[in-house]
Amino acid sequence: MLRYTVHRLLLMIPTLIGVAILVFFMLRIVPGDVVEVKLRGDGGSVSQATIEMERKRLGLDKPLVAQFGDWMVGLATLDLGKSMWTDRPVIEEIGLRLELSLQVAVMATIVVVLFAIPMGTIAALRRDTWIDYLVRIVTIGGLSVPSFWLGMLLMVGLLAVFKWLPPITFTPFYVDPVANLAQLIWPAIAVGYRYAAVVARMVRSSLLEVLQEDYIRTARAKGVYEELVISRHALRNALLPAITVIGLEFAFLIGGLVVTEQVFNLNGIGKLFVQSVSRNDFMVIQGLVMVLAVFYMLVNLAVDILYAVFDPRIRYR
Amino acid sequence: MKRRMTALISLVTVLALGIGLAQAQAPKRGGTLTFAISAETPHYDCHGSDTYATLHFSAPFYSTLLKFNLDKYPEVTGDLAQSWTVAPDLLTYTFKLFPNVTFSDGSPLTSADVKATYDRLRIAPQGVVSTRKATFEDIDSIETPDPQTVVFKMKAVNAAMLEHFASPWNCIYSAKLLTEDPNAPKTKILGSGPFVFVEHVKGSHVAGKRNEKYFRPGLPYLDGFKGVFMLQAAAMLNAMEGGQVMGEFRGVAPAERDRLVKAMGDKLRIEESAWTLNLVLVFNTEKKPFDDVRVRRALNLAIDRWGGSQGLARISTLRAVGGVIRPGSPYATPEAELVKLPGFSKDIAASRAEAKRLLAEAGVPNLSFVLHNRNLAQPYTPAGIFVVDQLRQIGVTAEHKQFDTAPYLAGMNNGNFDVAISFSNLFMDEPSLGLAKYVSFDKSSENQSRSIDRELDSLYTQQVRELDRDKRIATIKTFEKRLFEQGYQVPLLWWHRIVPTNKVVMGWKMSPSHNLGQDLGEVWLNQ
Repeated sequence: MLRYTVHRLLLMIPTLIGVAILVFFMLRIVPGDVVEVKLRGDGGSVSQATIEMERKRLGLDKPLVAQFGDWMVGLATLDLGKSMWTDRPVIEEIGLRLELSLQVAVMATIVVVLFAIPMGTIAALRRDTWIDYLVRIVTIGGLSVPSFWLGMLLMVGLLAVFKWLPPITFTPFYVDPVANLAQLIWPAIAVGYRYAAVVARMVRSSLLEVLQEDYIRTARAKGVYEELVISRHALRNALLPAITVIGLEFAFLIGGLVVTEQVFNLNGIGKLFVQSVSRNDFMVIQGLVMVLAVFYMLVNLAVDILYAVFDPRIRYR
Repeated sequence: MKRRMTALISLVTVLALGIGLAQAQAPKRGGTLTFAISAETPHYDCHGSDTYATLHFSAPFYSTLLKFNLDKYPEVTGDLAQSWTVAPDLLTYTFKLFPNVTFSDGSPLTSADVKATYDRLRIAPQGVVSTRKATFEDIDSIETPDPQTVVFKMKAVNAAMLEHFASPWNCIYSAKLLTEDPNAPKTKILGSGPFVFVEHVKGSHVAGKRNEKYFRPGLPYLDGFKGVFMLQAAAMLNAMEGGQVMGEFRGVAPAERDRLVKAMGDKLRIEESAWTLNLVLVFNTEKKPFDDVRVRRALNLAIDRWGGSQGLARISTLRAVGGVIRPGSPYATPEAELVKLPGFSKDIAASRAEAKRLLAEAGVPNLSFVLHNRNLAQPYTPAGIFVVDQLRQIGVTAEHKQFDTAPYLAGMNNGNFDVAISFSNLFMDEPSLGLAKYVSFDKSSENQSRSIDRELDSLYTQQVRELDRDKRIATIKTFEKRLFEQGYQVPLLWWHRIVPTNKVVMGWKMSPSHNLGQDLGEVWLNQ
């Protein structure tokens, strides 16, 4: 297992190099210039000489290959460079927003684990009963309703019914847990609903399949209590696909909640992504893509390791 | 006796009412103003920015030499300048500063700091961006005979120099800080304004607290302020309704105003004003057939500005019909004369008939092209749709393509467009600022039509130097007439500013520019 893990970690390097090449050159194809946006975006009348001076300062006058080389050298030392918009280190820009995005992702995942897995299990065990139908209706709702729209509904509902809205600025959990949760529980619910719907349906169909297996019949024939049959034998196997989905969704939540963050005015990674794209701030976009790529790969690795934990048949060499 | 008693009671009643009224209006000290800012500044340097986001962020921390008196706009009043004199030949401006002004770190603010600031603005040392450098080209030298006196010597007369000194972008920086690092203002805030910088949480908010050493006694009234960055209008509207923010000082669209009015009722105050922004229809004169004056003129004639403004005013921030100068401002062409200019006649049928004739004469009766526009809902999208519709009335097909800001600007600046919708964003109604966009391409970085017209250049310079107001207006009118006859780029419609605030917010003053009045020094909360 250790050798496998190390091997996977080492494989990340060429993958990241490929991602770096792709993102760097693809961004340069898009027309537009961060300097123009910064100095003329609101109707400013700077001279072309000033524009060129700024471009030179940001290294945009260098050949593309040279710019790429500089960036790769920085990446090798874990330096993601400086934002072309704010001149602050990209790591700082990302780090500032990562805590919030991570917390929303974690909270949404907790919602999933607490609700989706039991819901999916009950629906499978009570197949074709009103409980099953209810769960299926709720989960279809989750798949159909965009999370940002649900978010907007939540906000409007809170305002209309309680004349109250969540705090609009982020307070870390360790500073004021009440204010922190008051702000983030709502986007976690909005996002978690869809997330839970996907997982609940996955658990339900997986469990239904597993319950047809011979070893389940054997366990029952041996007189094992039904609860143990479900928890020790059936669920362990049924959860494997769900673990994959949970992992992928978690990684997606880190940077994918672009619209939801706008609705709740969250200062997260998604908002930073959108702003950087609109400004053509290449360095931040590149940094974000690399960070998220690392996240995805680490989450995938964690999922694969969890697979081995859940299923002793799986042994990595 | 009875009559005397009645008179006495009446007098006491009137006095009591008067005192009550005075007390109701007397500013209250205390409280924190929380307001929304719909964009975040990339840095803190007023000199190197062109976005209102920087001013809404930084203005409370800084002073300027002069500022606009928003009670009597466009009159200018002193900020750091306690008084000033202007030589009769307008080549020397002498300012006397308030005594005992300090920066927020306690260091004294003197004429040397004003000189260092204006040297940075007009010369811009290597590596420093001064966005409005050209505005100060007429300053020859700056002298500081004593710590309270600054003397500006001019190379040439500039009719608008006092207004340029009142620009909100001329934040006064510390000379010492600039000597240590000319780019320090980008990342460090050290001002003499009514508030002291507390924190800036990137992506979230900016906060300031009262400057206890502010040189204007009794000000500011607020204990502090918090500007929350809210990029999405819906989130901002929710926050206003929920009482989390007390206002948004740039401006909202009519539909947003209506929503707030419905939701907040008498808790809301709406202030409206004309706005020093307009949209401009730009023809790329380096591309056929837009190098042909007949084609440009025809396309301009097709647009029913008077009719369109009524509909657009309901759904967008566009409203006023005007020429190159904001309608209603001191130098604007009155409507009676405006209607005689191409594109402004109220007889749209006749205008369109003439447009079709011109297109036929130019050999392009069924012209089609791409209309290059910015991908912003307000007011670019409705403006683009409007223009497409208007041109269809004369048989012209315009494909409306909207681009995000970066590729939009790239297209405009590289000349990769046929016809475009551009904009003009002025912080004040000064013709020299507004007309700069129409000066020849080789002289003005704002000219996106790439036109060369020496007559317009000459008229522009003439009005800059003209001191007689009537003669200046006459020159501006001649400029405007020439511009519309040639039609390189023509104003479409002027914007309308709608600012919502919670009724507890007092003392904030509306003006035609969202860049003015943002120091919050006289704002107070009636709660």
